[in-house]
Amino acid sequence: MTGPREQFRPADHPHEHFILTTVVGSYPKPKWLHRARDLYEDEEANFGDEHFEEAKDDAARLITGEHERSGLDVVVDGEMRRNEMVEYFAHRIDGYEFNGRVKVWGHNYFDKPSVVDEVTYGEEWLVSEYEFTSGVASRPVKVPITGPYTLASWSFNEAYDSEEALAYDLADLVNEEIEALVDAGARYIQIDEPALATTPDDHAIVGECLDRIADDVPEVVRLGLHVCYGDYSRIYPEILDFPVHEFDLELANGDYEQIDVFTETEFTKDFAMGAVDAHVAEVESVEGIKENILHGLEVVPPERLTISPDCGLKLLPREVAYGKMENMVQAVREVEAELDAGEIDVAPAASADD
Amino acid sequence: MTQIVATTPGLYPLPEWAKDELADLKGHQKEDLVSGDEDEAISEAYERARGDVIDQQRTAGLDRVVEGQLRWDDMLAHPLVVADSVETGGIVRYYDNNNFYRDPIVTGPLAATGDVAAELDAAADRAGETPLQAVLPGPYSLADLATDEHYGDEAALLDAVTEFLADEIKQFPAVETLFLLEPSLAVNPPGDGPDEHASEAVDAVAGATDAGTEVVVHTYWEALEEKVYAHLMDAAVQAIGFDLVSDHDRNVYLAGEYGTKEDVALGLVDGQNTLVESPETIRERVEWFTDQSGEDFGTVYATANTELFYLPVNKFEAKLAALADAADLEEVHA
Repeated sequence: MTGPREQFRPADHPHEHFILTTVVGSYPKPKWLHRARDLYEDEEANFGDEHFEEAKDDAARLITGEHERSGLDVVVDGEMRRNEMVEYFAHRIDGYEFNGRVKVWGHNYFDKPSVVDEVTYGEEWLVSEYEFTSGVASRPVKVPITGPYTLASWSFNEAYDSEEALAYDLADLVNEEIEALVDAGARYIQIDEPALATTPDDHAIVGECLDRIADDVPEVVRLGLHVCYGDYSRIYPEILDFPVHEFDLELANGDYEQIDVFTETEFTKDFAMGAVDAHVAEVESVEGIKENILHGLEVVPPERLTISPDCGLKLLPREVAYGKMENMVQAVREVEAELDAGEIDVAPAASADD
Repeated sequence: MTQIVATTPGLYPLPEWAKDELADLKGHQKEDLVSGDEDEAISEAYERARGDVIDQQRTAGLDRVVEGQLRWDDMLAHPLVVADSVETGGIVRYYDNNNFYRDPIVTGPLAATGDVAAELDAAADRAGETPLQAVLPGPYSLADLATDEHYGDEAALLDAVTEFLADEIKQFPAVETLFLLEPSLAVNPPGDGPDEHASEAVDAVAGATDAGTEVVVHTYWEALEEKVYAHLMDAAVQAIGFDLVSDHDRNVYLAGEYGTKEDVALGLVDGQNTLVESPETIRERVEWFTDQSGEDFGTVYATANTELFYLPVNKFEAKLAALADAADLEEVHA
């Protein structure tokens, strides 16, 4: 086992084996929360800060509960308070400005911010979100946070000599936020760096960012890194040097075509594997997911395996998102039972001094 | 004396109102994107948006007007996506950007559609006195963006795409200039042999234009490899375009070492950054390139380095104005 994982095993866990189940982070928002935002943004509606905060609290409470009901070992609030993974943070960092929407694909747009001045810590980012969620949750809570490389790469850079210099300044801010989260009690933090898939040659920059972030984070805190929709052979095995305990990777989407990348060179960290597809609006069967999980056991032994969806579930219909989590958890529990019974052969774990 | 012509490589951002209106009319999913047979409400919205961006270019004072390519949901892959014998696959990454297009899968013999010609006809009516500039993907880039399930090898696909583009051009109304956008030549360069073939393909596409049309092959994101550039110099085009934003040193080296055409296109403003260059900066960049390359150009096309859809509308408009103003400045002496 790598890092502080055992603290997430539920007291009533039914099996000797424990494969950790969690989600990447985002989850479909209830339709009424979108309506509440529309009202909040409508100056003529009598719907102010207090009402919108209440709506977001309600949604966070509801979705955290939905995650717990599905049986996940570690839960998230579904990012009910966040509109988008870069915008949310850029609004809270001084030095950013917004000019308007840009195309991502088709008629899907993103209010891509511009860095116009040195970035400094503005408003609080995630501490109150964490405190609220952990206050209503009975399971441990994971905090997803957008990584500095993605915050830099998915912004226009008007102020810095290079994207790299911007990423390092942002890394210092992310480090500051993570320290505050740790002080507030957070023990599982996932850094999201999807931009690494866009520009895999920059893995050394991401590594340097993570060194800055992980600096001073106590060993009791589990750090993960999420990357998705890329060619992993261009970043692996180099990423094994990153100072995190776990890598969370999308693989169901490509039907495990890339799994060999991770078996050619020994996977020395915990492996959080996508076992359901986040962009197919059909709930996978428990049997199918169990087969997927076996791919994970080709890479690491069960005590280093985490199972999650490929990516955030927010674009799916809510009942489909729920169904995927529920079947995913059931599949994991069945695999654990089969492992306990010796019905699944697992390659012996690498010796500790490897 | 060098004439400076302010223009752009096209592929504009949709006006704000059109982003919402077209999203409502079309939807947000893969299957909702432009297929070439849009209904009347969608066509009418695009026509209004086209009018807006043509008026903007004229107001800014650009020397060439582009249609704006607002319908090109799949960016440079658009001409293929609307063709028969092309199926659209999954969403794939558009070069090294956080943008995606539908994979055009060629499943049968390609035939021109007249889709781009129809856009240009509509634009010509609105452009008034300002000369019209057509924009197309270059043959190498278009073939590079496609998936072939019919022709069997890369060379045959390139030949087919070349003929396809040439046949599209034959349907064009009279245009003053044609920009062929060839980013793939820079970022996914052809190897030995295919580099010569890529140049021949450009030559064949350029040859399909009317005698009066000036053809510019515009490259961006990186400088071309030396051999690729040397071969491209054999294509009968009026100008090659260099991206001075991404790599000015390598590009000026190419022009100095291998010479360039009598005219040149220079990517002077950054199509992927909201920082707006001043007209003076733009003009200094033109003079730097002219001095360093030691060439005496007939025409310098002063342009953005890349397509402009990456920008929010306010910055896009500011960049159009900066380019136009730069062309109008008196010569500056650094």
